[in-house]
Amino acid sequence: MSTLLEVSGVSVSFDGFKAINNLSFQIAEAELRAVIGPNGAGKTTFMDIVTGKTRPDEGRVIWGEKSVSLLDMDEAQIARQGIGRKFQKPTVFEDQTVRDNLMMALKKDRWVIAVLLFRASSADNARVEELAAEVGLSDQLDRIAGELSHGQKQWLEIGMLLAQEPRLLLVDEPAAGMTPEEREHTTDLLVEAAKTRAVVVVEHDMEFVRRLNCKVTVLHEGAVLAEGGLDHVTSNPEVIDVYLGR
Amino acid sequence: MRQSFIAKNPSVLVFLSILALFTLLVTVFAEGPGAGLIPTSFVKTLGKTLCLCLIAIAMDLIWGYTGILSLGHFAFFGLGGYMIGMWLMYERTRLIVSDALAQGDIPPTEAEVVDAIGTQIFGVVGSSEFPVVWMFADSLVLQLMLVVLVPGVLAAIFGWLAFRSRVTGVYLSILTQAMTLALALYLFQNDSGLRGNNGLSGLQNLPGVEAPQSEVSMWFFWASALALGLGYMLAAWVVSGKFGSVIRGIRDNEARVRFLGYPVETFKLAVFTLTACIAAIAGALYYPQAGIINPAEMAPVASIYLAVWVAIGGRGRLYGAVIGAAFVSLVSTWFTGGQAPDIPLGFYTIKWVDWWQVILGLSFVLVTLFAPKGIGGLFDLLPRKDRT
Repeated sequence: MSTLLEVSGVSVSFDGFKAINNLSFQIAEAELRAVIGPNGAGKTTFMDIVTGKTRPDEGRVIWGEKSVSLLDMDEAQIARQGIGRKFQKPTVFEDQTVRDNLMMALKKDRWVIAVLLFRASSADNARVEELAAEVGLSDQLDRIAGELSHGQKQWLEIGMLLAQEPRLLLVDEPAAGMTPEEREHTTDLLVEAAKTRAVVVVEHDMEFVRRLNCKVTVLHEGAVLAEGGLDHVTSNPEVIDVYLGR
Repeated sequence: MRQSFIAKNPSVLVFLSILALFTLLVTVFAEGPGAGLIPTSFVKTLGKTLCLCLIAIAMDLIWGYTGILSLGHFAFFGLGGYMIGMWLMYERTRLIVSDALAQGDIPPTEAEVVDAIGTQIFGVVGSSEFPVVWMFADSLVLQLMLVVLVPGVLAAIFGWLAFRSRVTGVYLSILTQAMTLALALYLFQNDSGLRGNNGLSGLQNLPGVEAPQSEVSMWFFWASALALGLGYMLAAWVVSGKFGSVIRGIRDNEARVRFLGYPVETFKLAVFTLTACIAAIAGALYYPQAGIINPAEMAPVASIYLAVWVAIGGRGRLYGAVIGAAFVSLVSTWFTGGQAPDIPLGFYTIKWVDWWQVILGLSFVLVTLFAPKGIGGLFDLLPRKDRT
């Protein structure tokens, strides 16, 4: 399978602190990958770099079969390239209905005039309903998103990501604050999504990672410490030392 | 599509009906065409109030919906007034001067007429030359275009610079405030080309129109009502669809909208420029009814009042902005116009002209603290679900 995203030799420091130190990372199309690491390992900064929120001091971030550099683009341009991001805290538009949230995320022309003239077709409405069904919010479509439970907001956000039809999905601690049943549902959603696109899940919870059953990248002090199957990395003495041992 | 827009926004229909009814009532009772119960000066006040409601809608779009607290929209309002004022003043002076010169034995040349107009208009600032900004003042069509173009281009340039640098929140408010202050200070100068602190005057007289003020003020009242109705419909349409979702998203979480792939800066710029144009049209209708415009109109405090109206009326809903602007500006006119009786307390006399500001400030604080939805929030208590 061809490489979808290639991050190579990336470093970034904040006030002298090296948050990311010569990090290299690759992911293929239709691959599920878990990124784990202790606090401060650079997981979130890594996502910030890929999505254009943070500019690295050095290194390259190359995207897609045309090998375009993401470093010259802003967040919105990168998102339009097909990179979707889910934040740790559920960030949906609380003031608007579930339907409006999904409709806004639906993959459509993002240009001002096109958005101004946009009126949902029946196909668009059907797609929104389909997405809501996928994330289990069919009966919540006309509720204000702010009224949803924590878990429902997480799913709505995942639904919005799916609506964007990204080729790469970056998901930051999706299971945080969820009940065991909600976690299971979330796992299913991510595994299903990874069948057709690349999904990177940043997670603390080893049990959750085990359920994802995928290749794992361990970050430590802004660099890749180990990579491979979960059993492979958890038996790595260095990993045990910096992460699991404590 | 049109039907569904009205059907989805019943408040638009309600608003338009109320506006139409109000216009009809004023027409029937006004001095001039009607029964003469409403004096011309009050017709003008009502017409001006409609213009203030229109700029309040613009403020609600940019602040209530997009979350950008602009404290500079009265600059665009004033510029719109100046643009139409230039033609009104030029054309009226030309007619007067031509008449006067025609009394002489030799018919005046065109250069003589222009010279005489220049002396008439710019005598107060010790000049008789036409500044370059007046180059289109002889053409109504061009000045009408400038009403929208000048504020629109200014807003586009200012917005492009500010939004591109991702200036947000209170810093952006300060920038907009600085913009309006700088513009006002510039216009106060005698060599600014717009008659310094004298401003433009005599705007209530339409050149070449013999009709009495009682009728002219009615025309402007109707035009203001029409503009408010159209502005309301435009604003309601803009916020009703996905565009409305996106700008409300920008208000609540700008970064998230960016990660959805929307060019946030362009959206902000579009709303900022659109609202500047709406404000300018409101100003172009307002100042012929006020009769005079000077740079003091663009003082930062005017734009702050605008924010107060929208906050008291209820931001994030268009009718809230209209209610706030109408209510507060009418009450304000009453208190500061000397109609409200002073209250003598023996040791002290409460003069409403002075105390009104205190009441207004206090009510702004109270509304912000205890009723963030403003007067418009009262409608939420009704058992209905429409919100525009």
